[in-house]
Amino acid sequence: MSVLTATGVEVTYPGAGRSVRAVAGVDLAVEPGEVLGLVGESGCGKSSLARALVGLVAPSAGTVTFGGEPVQPLRRRARPVAQRRLQMVFQDPYSSLNARRRVGDQIADALRLAGTGGRRRAPGAVGSLLERVGLDPAMQTRYPHEFSGGQRQRVAIARALAADPTVVVADEPISALDASAQAQVANLLVGLARDEGVAVVFISHDLAIVRQVADRTAVMYLGTVVEVGPTETLWTDPQHPYTRALIGAVPVPDGSGRLPADLPGDVPDPAAPPSGCRFHPRCPVATPECPTWEPVLRMQGPDHAAACLLAPDRTEVSP
Amino acid sequence: MTGPLLEVSGLRVRLPSRTGAMLPAVDGVDLAVSPGEVLGVAGESGSGKTMTALATLGLLPHGARTEGSIRLAGREILGLPDKQLRSVRGREVAMVAQDPRTALHPMLSVERQLTEHLRHHHGVGKRAARDEAADLLDQVRIPDPRAALARYPHEFSGGMRQRIAIASALAARPSLLIADEPTTALDVTVQAGILRLLDRLRRERGLAVLIITHDLGVLSSIADRLVVMYAGRVVETGSTADVLGSPRHPYTRGLLDALPEGGTTTMRPIPGSPPALGSVPAGCAFHPRCAHAEAGCTAAVPPLLQIAPGRATACPVDPFVRPEVPTEAPA
Repeated sequence: MSVLTATGVEVTYPGAGRSVRAVAGVDLAVEPGEVLGLVGESGCGKSSLARALVGLVAPSAGTVTFGGEPVQPLRRRARPVAQRRLQMVFQDPYSSLNARRRVGDQIADALRLAGTGGRRRAPGAVGSLLERVGLDPAMQTRYPHEFSGGQRQRVAIARALAADPTVVVADEPISALDASAQAQVANLLVGLARDEGVAVVFISHDLAIVRQVADRTAVMYLGTVVEVGPTETLWTDPQHPYTRALIGAVPVPDGSGRLPADLPGDVPDPAAPPSGCRFHPRCPVATPECPTWEPVLRMQGPDHAAACLLAPDRTEVSP
Repeated sequence: MTGPLLEVSGLRVRLPSRTGAMLPAVDGVDLAVSPGEVLGVAGESGSGKTMTALATLGLLPHGARTEGSIRLAGREILGLPDKQLRSVRGREVAMVAQDPRTALHPMLSVERQLTEHLRHHHGVGKRAARDEAADLLDQVRIPDPRAALARYPHEFSGGMRQRIAIASALAARPSLLIADEPTTALDVTVQAGILRLLDRLRRERGLAVLIITHDLGVLSSIADRLVVMYAGRVVETGSTADVLGSPRHPYTRGLLDALPEGGTTTMRPIPGSPPALGSVPAGCAFHPRCAHAEAGCTAAVPPLLQIAPGRATACPVDPFVRPEVPTEAPA
């Protein structure tokens, strides 16, 4: 059974005179032990979706369930115990950690709040969490500034692991890091899924990394999922023109001197999305019909769906 | 081509530590960029890539000491008095930094920031300068460029601000553009547009570009030659095709192996992290992280040795020599 599901999720931010629908109806299901990649340009709503998945913002429509129960949006009250195993890792470990407290104390806080350590938690609990993320347990007496960016992100992951999560939603967890630190942190998150059965939602604008780590990939454009499927299928046989454009824009480090393909235009203002298919103004293969029809996700193959009028008609995906 | 536009040789930069000791951040770097050429500098953070760029612009942090030579169009600019340096910088060199928040003046309109250079350094009239600025904004994909000129930096998103910063650097019609992680924060689609713009400017205008990034994909697509830096030193250099196609230094190989590639292989990150300023290991600075390190690697700093025309590596072990390729073709 899916451990985390989103059904018809919309996230709307009220604005002066006009509200912005950052997420415009997303259905997703995350299975235990899988890495689900979520990609798209900035402004596509992937961070808003991530926040809705963990309950940091309340969806304006639709529901998110975790372990079969609806996720309660975070309010002033403490989180329901059942939801503590739904954790998030943020992009910037410089701001997600308290600069003025020792990292060991911050992880101990997480253990205490998660209730897994109890008042008399095992003295080695903090150290073993640091070891799990590949850091020296002796580092727990240090402050965040004494760590490199990659190490700091590991500390943030260790803190999330304190709650013994079954789902970790990681919003751009490696984009602030160096190339080699990126690989280390990405491998660490993949290891959680492979070895411990944690479901990982891996959000990134870096498609190459997502290709490497994700079992399935969902591509978002302007608040909607336009294609979702097994990562390799999506890369080798993308069905949505936007997916093709994104993949073509990734520079390949092969020394060939080939410039990445261009996708002109910007993500439109989500407050005034184009009619019909939201991608049609930038789409290289748009037809006159595209502005008039909003395409729904259609099955393209096993577990592979795309929302494009030009993608071959198969059965509609049931939500 | 009459030789390089920028020629850096034997550059050393030392930075003061909190205790007052001078710590080497750049330790003997040579590089050269010719008009119309794109030179890529690769390496992790702390490798000295940014300090090399800042030294070239005379923008090092207070208290930094530099030695060596930096020649711009044949003229020595290291040690020039500030005033003279400023006129050289304004006319010849422009820089794009990684952080768009600090690159633009928050209280000046985009038009002012994009036309100031043209009007002051190139004597272009107000209307013509505005046209050129709007054209630049269009090229970096700012929607509705005319309206954007009247706006202020805070009205744009981070990605748009970075594109405006790139436009403002190009607005000075520089002959050399120094770009430090210019597209790292941008989406791949926007990045592709910027890389294509830079490539066009170097072909059409002969713009020389020194691009610094840890993204080997970006370097692969735009750079003619690469300089790989580690702990303040150049460890490998050569044509982009050679360096990325058949790396000779274990560090370069490590950077490539840390990258995702299609298929089932997992990324193999380089173990450990780069050394901190002032605690650079003896001998080859990379030896504690190197899978090919031998006893001799700790003895002395390995010199950067030419192994083919235009191709050099600072690894005496040289573990990746492929016998079936006896000599590299000259670049």
